[in-house]
Amino acid sequence: MSTVSAQIDTKAVSHEHHEHHDTSGDTIFGFWLYLMTDCLLFASFFATYAVLFMNTAGGVSGKDIFELDFVAVETAALLISSITFGFAMIAAQRQKKGWTLNWLLITFCLGASFIAMELYEFTHLIEHGNGPQGSAFLSSFFALVGLHGLHVTAGLIWMTVMMIEVARRGLGNATVTRLSCLSLFWHFLDIVWICVFTVVYLMGAM
Amino acid sequence: MSHNEIEHDASHGSVKTYLIGFLLSVILTAIPFYVVISGDFSKVTTLWSIVILAIVQIWVHLKYFLHLNFITESGRLNSFSFLFSAMIIIMVVGLSVWIIYASNAMMMY
Repeated sequence: MSTVSAQIDTKAVSHEHHEHHDTSGDTIFGFWLYLMTDCLLFASFFATYAVLFMNTAGGVSGKDIFELDFVAVETAALLISSITFGFAMIAAQRQKKGWTLNWLLITFCLGASFIAMELYEFTHLIEHGNGPQGSAFLSSFFALVGLHGLHVTAGLIWMTVMMIEVARRGLGNATVTRLSCLSLFWHFLDIVWICVFTVVYLMGAM
Repeated sequence: MSHNEIEHDASHGSVKTYLIGFLLSVILTAIPFYVVISGDFSKVTTLWSIVILAIVQIWVHLKYFLHLNFITESGRLNSFSFLFSAMIIIMVVGLSVWIIYASNAMMMY
């Protein structure tokens, strides 16, 4: 019994500078498990797309509607936002409030431009009569890319809330834990986007 | 670098690891886009190269941005739960596509 408590004591001492090692680790691990279930949601949308993408009902196919230059810029915005969020996390761990807010704001702008570009792409397609009701291919395309876009939008809302929290309460343990969860979410969406641009856009435009 | 610092870097990442990850991921994005846009390669080569590069890029993101590792206790937990989900995903997507394509082939031809 005493050895156990002694072990806990030494552990507490050696991790003292981590501060958030009590329950924040569990919170982050729980959030990671949620992300893994989210992976399954995306996986089923990918499976649907893979099954339906050839059924264009005589309408447009991926080759006709995908503009790779445009997608490359979208991808660049998301990739850069990943590293700027990384810098925000490093600033948060070093307790630099101003830098954390700046990097979060830059990340937000990059994420918002990604969403703006995606909305432009969607409205452009719908205006030309290629809306989600056009064919099974278009339905599954809008569902898959739209699901990713909805996640990014949720991430942007969350980021706004976090910026307000950091600005008003500073970088306490709970706030840094929440930022860590958002960081996982954001980087996870980047990984999903790698699959989207590979499977949907690059394979579609081949 | 002390043991604690190494553990710290493994679970949070430093400016250096983020920059390495970013650089690798830019290269791994640029190549598949170039391969498809230029159209210089055969269809099979193009397909395999973009699939392999995507898998490598996912690995880079997991290692450098999501800090998955087998060194720290939390890293191991995260890595194994990811590997488990990856297995389920490969089964869900792979088997669905296999079944549907096979039945499609039987009905259409």
